[in-house]
Amino acid sequence: MSLINYSSREINCKLVYYGCGLCGKTTNIKYIYGKVSPEAKGKLISLATELDRTLFFDFLPLDLGSIKGFKTRFHLYTVPGQVFYNASRKLILKGVDGIVFVADSQVERLEANVEALNNLQENLTEYGMNIETIPFVIQYNKRDLPNIATVDEMRAQLNKWNVPEYEAVAHQGYGVFETLKEVAKKVLKNLS
Amino acid sequence: MPVENLNVFEDDFWAINEKLNQVLKSTNCLSVMLIDKAGQLITTAGDISQLDTTSFSSLCAADFAATSQLAMLVGEKEFATLFHQGEKQNIYIASIEDRVMLAVVFDTRTTLGLVRVRVKQLVAELSKMFVEIFAKLEGGGPGGQPAGSNLGSDFASEAESELDNLFK
Repeated sequence: MSLINYSSREINCKLVYYGCGLCGKTTNIKYIYGKVSPEAKGKLISLATELDRTLFFDFLPLDLGSIKGFKTRFHLYTVPGQVFYNASRKLILKGVDGIVFVADSQVERLEANVEALNNLQENLTEYGMNIETIPFVIQYNKRDLPNIATVDEMRAQLNKWNVPEYEAVAHQGYGVFETLKEVAKKVLKNLS
Repeated sequence: MPVENLNVFEDDFWAINEKLNQVLKSTNCLSVMLIDKAGQLITTAGDISQLDTTSFSSLCAADFAATSQLAMLVGEKEFATLFHQGEKQNIYIASIEDRVMLAVVFDTRTTLGLVRVRVKQLVAELSKMFVEIFAKLEGGGPGGQPAGSNLGSDFASEAESELDNLFK
């Protein structure tokens, strides 16, 4: 649910990073936080456990500047990936404008990716949303690891909608901005 | 199906602001914030200079959402209000029409009782206004203005170049 305020001339959009546990959602956000200039970003909030696993969400506001006189801002969220946090995941999806699905490329995580994607679809359905109509991008993360599935294999399992997809090594920043830029573009296009 | 986007037009915005300022004065609270349930700040009244309102709004929405789920677990539809008590400052949050919430930050210069009473009145008034706003968004904007966003066709292309700048 984007918020367009015609009086204060502000536009806020909500982007959510979704995916199975330890796929690199928080790593994406942290990399972005580290690279974006201080004036374009707000505070990075992480509601995490003592072991740095996301408990509720990470939150990063990004300021895009003024577009046609509207101060435009993205609110980036991650969900907790672990299976038993579904109630929290669902809450974060409320009012979402665009979704990045981060997939773990390791062969042994393929099933977890599929499960997370099914879970995303179920949760969107409960809000009356549809993965086919919402701005949606897939990122194949951890491409630097040795035991990874090929992109073709992952595409066959995860990208039946043929949405934009990016290979990434989030901790090195490879593919991180490309992914964000694509989903942001789709969201802004939806607004105009 | 409810409208997905919340677009606040000029007239409504000022009318809402006026209501918030009335409560600010009548309760002597520090600040009043109107936030949508996705965690985005709509407007504020009072002194917010010491407050990171973006983070506040996001956490407030998460707080309310989590508490609503707790309510359901015990068989309630939702807890319509939340109160957080601190040593010096307190936060009182109330739901409006299931889509928006009102957060009031106050200290010892007022009391919870007064805040509660005034907020209850304000919520009733704002509820009426938001019912009309949502009706406008669903049925067509005021004075021929489209209810949806009307940002122009070149908005997307201009936005794209800003995105490039952000990631340079």
